Amino acid sequence: MSSAPAAGLGAPQAIWLVAEREIASKLRSKAFVISTAILLLGALVLVIWGGFQAANQTGTPVAVTADAQQYVEGLPGLEVTEVADKAAAEALVTDGTVDAAVVGDSASPTGFTVVADDSAPTQLMLTLAQLPPVELLNPEGGQAAALGYIAAIGFGIVFLLAASLFGSTIAQSVVEEKQTRVVELLISAIPVRSLLAGKVIGNTILAMAQILLLASIAIIGLTVTDQTALLQGLGAPIAWFSIFFLFGFILLASLFAAAASMVSRQEDIGSTTMPITMLIMAPYFLVIFFNDNPLVLTIMSYVPFSAPVGMPMRIFLGQAQWWEPLVSLVILIATCVAAILVAARIYQNSLLRMGGRVKLTEALAG
Amino acid sequence: MLQLSGVTKSYGGRRALDGVSFDVRPGRLTGFVGGNGAGKTTTMRIVLGVLGKDSGTVTLDGTEVTASDRRRFGYMPEERGLYPKMKVLEHIVYLARLHGFSKADATTRARALLEQLGLGERLDDNVETLSLGNQQRAQIAAALVHDPEVLILDEPFSGLDPLAVDVVAGVLQERAAAGAAVLFSSHQLDVVERLCDDLVIIAGGTIRAAGARDTLRAQHSTRRFELVSTGDAGWLRSEPGVDVLDFDGGFAVFDADSDETAQRVLRRAVAQGDVASFAPQHPSLAQIFKEVIQ
Repeated sequence: MSSAPAAGLGAPQAIWLVAEREIASKLRSKAFVISTAILLLGALVLVIWGGFQAANQTGTPVAVTADAQQYVEGLPGLEVTEVADKAAAEALVTDGTVDAAVVGDSASPTGFTVVADDSAPTQLMLTLAQLPPVELLNPEGGQAAALGYIAAIGFGIVFLLAASLFGSTIAQSVVEEKQTRVVELLISAIPVRSLLAGKVIGNTILAMAQILLLASIAIIGLTVTDQTALLQGLGAPIAWFSIFFLFGFILLASLFAAAASMVSRQEDIGSTTMPITMLIMAPYFLVIFFNDNPLVLTIMSYVPFSAPVGMPMRIFLGQAQWWEPLVSLVILIATCVAAILVAARIYQNSLLRMGGRVKLTEALAG
Repeated sequence: MLQLSGVTKSYGGRRALDGVSFDVRPGRLTGFVGGNGAGKTTTMRIVLGVLGKDSGTVTLDGTEVTASDRRRFGYMPEERGLYPKMKVLEHIVYLARLHGFSKADATTRARALLEQLGLGERLDDNVETLSLGNQQRAQIAAALVHDPEVLILDEPFSGLDPLAVDVVAGVLQERAAAGAAVLFSSHQLDVVERLCDDLVIIAGGTIRAAGARDTLRAQHSTRRFELVSTGDAGWLRSEPGVDVLDFDGGFAVFDADSDETAQRVLRRAVAQGDVASFAPQHPSLAQIFKEVIQ
């Protein structure tokens, strides 16, 4: 047997070894594999269900008498049932076979009357109304507005789920090492910074893999179910979301690791990671409540913790200039570097302090 | 040679180590003995660099120990711990790789070492499924797998049955014979006494005695002798210069005021009847320990 290499292990190899172990131990956990499978399956079902909804869009069922036939001829979105007279039409409306009936009425200024149960169907009224022609100068944006809410929930929920899942994973893994005391062995072999970097990178790879899988399921699903219009609108935001998520997650993971290193038992994780959990929840709620408020979205898209949700939303809504995501990304990366430095300091100073919770001031001072 | 010189460490206002100096020589087993809270673990952590020191030096062959030197240190912390959900072999391989071994090399070493320690059957079991004694063996493998030049073991024998103590002791002696400097702490003074070549005794954060075991023993020996003879040894009580400590028929333990007195006693004992044994009694480590920590 040869003896140990004199120079020891370089930092990149040490970091990669740690990252590799993080990934392997996570992939071996049944709970993780099953929850990921459920998440991906859910996304798939949602996309396919959306596709069927779009394909099976049927018209509003209406009963029409012969003398009113001329008024509904050639109108889109109606499923016409011909009836003999007004009485027959009313019978169908009452038993719910049709939503409304259009019957001829010489007393009416339009020449017909709409018969409905308790309220007239909006779809039908709009179709029958004589509206002035509309010329859209920016037809793309119009479609996006309708889908804005759905996209907001999508980005918000994916960010919330992935960041909290892998954030808590790294927190638990840090405390596990501290609680089982294996950390003392690890840091006698490699520098503390390499250990922290390896853990952050390992979990970031897992989180990114999950995000990219979700993104490809969304894109492939939309393509297969022929929802190309939606895909065109969502492609760029999804790509930006992935890039922002990468750095946003590194930022959060470093903070989670630092916060977790301040406690010694799994039961106490919540006491120090709570503020970071709030940082993850905030973008989700903000984007749901304010997805139609350009000012809030603009602020969100530049604040590092909410940028991964805010900026893709603004790109989706067509509110962002081409340079805005780049500026926001620079701010995010700068914050990320600062967070890593602070986190490494807290981590280094807290790792061997067993027992009670380490005070933040002590962890920073060393 | 690993040398500590004037190492001092305080926690808050409390001084945990005060000018700690001693040597750990290669090729020898050095026993590190002290009561609870005497400073053993703090000293070991400082040597390993997992804890900073306030002042003093830790040198290896004359130069201050660096992080890359420490990659060739093996460590068994007082607080045992391995990843509970990792397989035994995989875990030891991981640690060997962190110390710079290639995957193949690490696997060969880890397997051989675990087999030597009697864990050959459990290589693919999760660490958490092992009994405490077996986890302890795995922990020792973790400290040894990278063939360290310096071994620092905090209570390596606690929790082991007598057979396992022998296995581990054998492994440590083998490492020392191969040239490693081995420092180990223990509360089991009989084990330390049997194993160690050198001895360091610490109390209240200061070193009370350090040096070769036999030298320390000689320093603390008090010309105490044990006589076993067939006759009645009652005459010893009236012998000048003799202080009888224990007496029972032909058996007696006594202190003599000089070597001449001892020789005189022996000659008289032979004249009185058959002498089965006459030997100087060395103080046990426990006795030396109690004496120096006062």
